[in-house]
Amino acid sequence: MLYGYLPAVLEGLVTTLKVSALSLAIACVFGLVGAAARLSESRIARLLAGVYTTLIRGLPELVLMLMIFYGGQMGVNALSDRLGGGYVDIDPFVAGTATLGFIFGAYLTETFRGAILAIPKGQIEAGHAFGLTRLQVARRIVAPQMVRHAIPGFANNWLVMVKATALVSVIGLDDMMHRAGLASASTRQPFTFYAAIACIYLAVTTVSLLALHVLEKRFSLGVRRVDF
Amino acid sequence: MAIATTVAPQTSTTAPALEAEGVRKSFGAVEVLKGVSVAAGSGDVIAMIGSSGSGKSTFLRCLNLLERPSAGRILLGGEELALQPGGDGSLGPRDPAQLQRFRSRIAMVFQQFNLWAHMTALQNVMEAPVQVLGLGKAEARDRALRYLERVGVAHRKDAYPAHLSGGEQQRVAIARALAMEPDVMLFDEPTSALDPELVGEVLRVMRSLAEEGRTMIVVTHEMSFARDVSNRVLFLHQGVLEEDGAPDDLLRHPRSERLRTFLASTLHA
Repeated sequence: MLYGYLPAVLEGLVTTLKVSALSLAIACVFGLVGAAARLSESRIARLLAGVYTTLIRGLPELVLMLMIFYGGQMGVNALSDRLGGGYVDIDPFVAGTATLGFIFGAYLTETFRGAILAIPKGQIEAGHAFGLTRLQVARRIVAPQMVRHAIPGFANNWLVMVKATALVSVIGLDDMMHRAGLASASTRQPFTFYAAIACIYLAVTTVSLLALHVLEKRFSLGVRRVDF
Repeated sequence: MAIATTVAPQTSTTAPALEAEGVRKSFGAVEVLKGVSVAAGSGDVIAMIGSSGSGKSTFLRCLNLLERPSAGRILLGGEELALQPGGDGSLGPRDPAQLQRFRSRIAMVFQQFNLWAHMTALQNVMEAPVQVLGLGKAEARDRALRYLERVGVAHRKDAYPAHLSGGEQQRVAIARALAMEPDVMLFDEPTSALDPELVGEVLRVMRSLAEEGRTMIVVTHEMSFARDVSNRVLFLHQGVLEEDGAPDDLLRHPRSERLRTFLASTLHA
């Protein structure tokens, strides 16, 4: 099947999924910190987070990725020079996941911020009025409801991010996209290979949507559903 | 030893359950509370009345620091809440742990109920006793069921707030406050968000709580509650405590023209 390249393509899929999952974890951290900063009482924190989301969301992912990859390479080597070390080659896997996580953290910042703002203020106030600490309010009242509000936006970001991993092949990551490129070059059957990985991407995103749907149901307990 | 033990309780036994002194609060340039003082003795049921914008809800919210006053003192059972000025000129807690302890002993019932939407009625009532008072799950559950029973909504214990009527939600909210076994209960217009036919069930519960001898401060538009249930009525007008007296006296024989006008307007409403 696929002229014997199927195992190679599937190996690439493993890399794609690893990059996606790790980037998502990093993006969640950036997103939570970003949302907290956007909603914080500190003006400096709000400003920094505002610059982060405006800048990152306003630039094409590919441009950012190349800038961060090459810029990071230069920065790390300048630092290594100063410390008397040799030339450092940044691993494309590390660079790719970090960059994707950083970029999608900006989108998740806005998703999480909206999700927190969607929680009625009175419920948070009630938590404080009953003597819960700020941490308890965040953990027991805000977080569980935030998850529910965040799931639709989160699902969107995840889909876009899974697809954006294809861009990481540009900086030399050996992912599914990269494997398909190599295979199509040696077999001269580009359509076959790109159609094949299109199906695989579609399978991944479809399964993700189903999983998120189940999750959304679980976190929507107690919410009256609107019937159309 | 003997001297120490005889001296210590004096302050707590004679002190009012909750006392506020000279509470002031400004929103920007507008001063909504111009030095309001109230002392609620144990078992007092105080009704706070006044037109909207008189500052009565703001005053209530200052008592547990949901609203930060710009000046004033708050004492619970004789213990003063340590306050310090913040950056914006309002007073914040000096010690967050003390504020939390105060809040755990002053339970509040809100106009909009403010039940936690992702928890069932039972979970709502169990939450603060477990998280704040440190009760075990089983004990908190028993306690929660007892108070849900007390307000007549035990049969709805597994329902989420969105599936309860307004009157049921407010009764669950009262059970949530009762489960803290607080020293003082604050009610912020507890029936104002309810459909008229649901007001009665909530007022009945509040009346029975008053008869149990609970200390309550109730901001209300229900003149019947003020007249029949409270033992003291405070009339607030433009951030000033205009009148303070027994309900019979104050509502039948208002001394100030403002209270007369206010009472006339509520009767005809």
